[in-house]
Amino acid sequence: MTTLLKVEKITKKFGDFYANDQISFEVNKSEVLAILGENGAGKTTLMNILFGHYTPDAGTVNFEGHAIEFGNTNNAIKLGIGMVHQHFTLAENLTVLENIIIGRQSIFSLSLPKRQARVKILELSKKFGLPIDPDELVANLSVSEKQRIEILKTLFLDCKLLILDEPTAALTPQETDALFSTIRNMIETGLSVILISHKLNEILAVSDRIIVLRNGSSVGEIDTHSADREKIAEMIVGKKIDYPQKKKIPRKSKVLSLVDVSYNKTDAPKLSKVNLDLYSGQILGIAGVAGNGQTTLAKILSGHFKPTQGKIVFNKAKRVHTSPKSFMDLGVAYIPEDRNSDGIVGDMEIWENAIMTEMDDSYLRNSLGIINKKASVGRSENLCETYDVRMQSIRQRSRLLSGGNVQKLLLGRWLMRKPKIIIACQPTRGLDEGAIASIQNLLLKAQQNGSAIILISEDLDELLTMSDDISVMYKGMLSDPTETSSTDKLSIGLRMAGDGFL
Amino acid sequence: MIKFRLEERAKSPYWLIILSPFIAILVAIILAGILIVLAGANPFESYYQLIIGAFGSKNSFAETLARATPIILTGLAASIAFRAKFWNIGAEGQLYFGALATTLFGTGLVVLPSILMIPFLFIMGALAGGLLLLPLVLLKLYYKVDEVVTTLLLNFVVVLLVSYLLEGPWKDPMSLGWPQGKSVIDDGVLPQILSKTRLHLGFIISIFFAFSVWFILSKTVIGYRIKSVGLNAAAASHAGVPIFKTVLIVALLSGGMAGMAGVTETAGLKGYLTLDLSPGFGYAGIAVAMLANLNPIGVIFSGVFLASIYVGADAMSRAMNVPTYLADVIVALTVLCILLSLVFVHYKILFFGVKKND
Repeated sequence: MTTLLKVEKITKKFGDFYANDQISFEVNKSEVLAILGENGAGKTTLMNILFGHYTPDAGTVNFEGHAIEFGNTNNAIKLGIGMVHQHFTLAENLTVLENIIIGRQSIFSLSLPKRQARVKILELSKKFGLPIDPDELVANLSVSEKQRIEILKTLFLDCKLLILDEPTAALTPQETDALFSTIRNMIETGLSVILISHKLNEILAVSDRIIVLRNGSSVGEIDTHSADREKIAEMIVGKKIDYPQKKKIPRKSKVLSLVDVSYNKTDAPKLSKVNLDLYSGQILGIAGVAGNGQTTLAKILSGHFKPTQGKIVFNKAKRVHTSPKSFMDLGVAYIPEDRNSDGIVGDMEIWENAIMTEMDDSYLRNSLGIINKKASVGRSENLCETYDVRMQSIRQRSRLLSGGNVQKLLLGRWLMRKPKIIIACQPTRGLDEGAIASIQNLLLKAQQNGSAIILISEDLDELLTMSDDISVMYKGMLSDPTETSSTDKLSIGLRMAGDGFL
Repeated sequence: MIKFRLEERAKSPYWLIILSPFIAILVAIILAGILIVLAGANPFESYYQLIIGAFGSKNSFAETLARATPIILTGLAASIAFRAKFWNIGAEGQLYFGALATTLFGTGLVVLPSILMIPFLFIMGALAGGLLLLPLVLLKLYYKVDEVVTTLLLNFVVVLLVSYLLEGPWKDPMSLGWPQGKSVIDDGVLPQILSKTRLHLGFIISIFFAFSVWFILSKTVIGYRIKSVGLNAAAASHAGVPIFKTVLIVALLSGGMAGMAGVTETAGLKGYLTLDLSPGFGYAGIAVAMLANLNPIGVIFSGVFLASIYVGADAMSRAMNVPTYLADVIVALTVLCILLSLVFVHYKILFFGVKKND
């Protein structure tokens, strides 16, 4: 086996914080190396160093025997390193073809060599199983199609080592499988891949070797075929994980019903005649491929959207005014899908975010509307302690928190209010094993305390462990719930693809 | 070849945050100095004349503060609005609307003792400024009409309205044909606070409002909501912050501040409404707010700074025979330098050489 990339003792500090501490590893030719670690373990920093975004404070990187020049992306590309970022870098208003070849031209050149490029792109597309239409506008493409373009972009530049940063974060299970078969094609033709992820199952399925990072240091290297799932999970987190244990509690009163609720405006996927009953102490899981109306349903259930037809019936309330605030006052808690853009205000301090739902509380403000800062900070510290939000200071900006801690802060903020109904959209998406377990445990505890929970998730394992009943959404329709004990992944998967819907 | 790139700082050092605006102003002054040289004058002497012109005597100092008065108020208008990412570019129009209200109510329609008349005029001016903005904010909230366009364009409509009124129905018959409004009644005129100068009570009032706005923005629920809506409206709405109400309050506060700038000019400086009441105070307010990084207390200082440049540049122009337009250039350069300095505060620059291919 020939070594393609050799990383030696890379160290990168941000202030006093070691993002990477003396990390060394190698990547061989025709190999998939997985880099695993919690959010904030240093994976992305390390890749940004390899790709020339950052300059390390110490260490060397050799690629095919040449030392990489740090801080220079063009040099990395020239050597044959390609990177597909978690967030895509495509120009929406250009075509696929233009996106792939742009940036390789001098800005003074007047034409793009489209003809030769088209031939090469179609060839690559065929060779690696990445079907595309070169003349389609990027704006019209789905997430997985955009990812294909990003991969083709690197292949077009003759990359030998492809770095994929959290490539499956926004993909459906089927799309993930397709991506993995592409990766295998690449390996067969002699390319190497570094895969960054925190999804253990996927890593085990596709990688050859695994490196685990924790707190900026490498804590182990394992051959995938001899790997043990639970042991790796513990290596990642650094302690034993408290996996959630579901307990069923008897159903009591009905807290919410949707009667023939439809939504047909153009600003969101449609809903057609959704019926739903929710009882206190029940966790109702809603499965479905993204974009089938789950977000619309969540927005209706949280008071952001008004149904165009049908009605929402809360336990006691007679008339329901559509606004997030009035739903909050009825006891609804809403955990949005995108916790960074819809959950926290990143540039406000942690304590400011922690009290955002509590501005009517006379303990935190006086009647003139002046905020009692001491009480507010105290309340926030209490929240962070109760729900184990790990931070440096309560006055730090919230955007510096890791994803798991953001979610604990958001969930904690709602749980402090003892909500009757919790609408949780993808509550554990993008989180690492340890944080997933904490969030799931918090939700189960809320259920034990009598909250009714609607859990919208694309993760079937999560739905099967957490829910009492599972409904499936398909093209805006919601199936009747099935008891979790009498269903399995296969039958849910079939219904997700439309089986059983009219 | 030397190349460089920017890397975000984890934390900006305090000395840099404090020093950066001063360095920016210094750079702007040096750059403008080059222009002064090109205009054929000695830059050191010119700047000396500028400083003397702005602060050199009791009268010039008072003139600077009088000029700062409306700019501080329009600066506050921009600060409040921009914090909530409500882009109110219409302070000029709102200022004139405040001035119209002052003329409507202050020239004899309502007669009250001074202690009531002055607050009454300020309330009317603030209401007028806020009301002008109201339809625009409703258009934004209901139909997502971009407020940058509507507020900016309405400025021209309002100025034409003022022109129509002053040339026609509201023209003061005693004005010997000049297009100006009737004089504000004596009880409505803002008293002088420094004898034999044009400095009037409006300056104190503008400082008072700067502190009030600071208090509202940093200590109250409203201010907290404004901040959250400005930084991330979606997240704020998910946490139950009433977006509609908050933006409405922002617009009324912002328009109100600008409207009161019209009151200080009409009832304070001039005593009556004219067509040249504001030489762009509304737009200067945007520069003032940017210079102060949207901090209401900072607006006081940046307002006085801007006013001193304008007042001083007149003196410089007379003494050195250079164009007064240099004042605009200095202000524009300062704003640009301040914005650039913010980049240096938040990022550090890494230089690296490129190895030769050998």
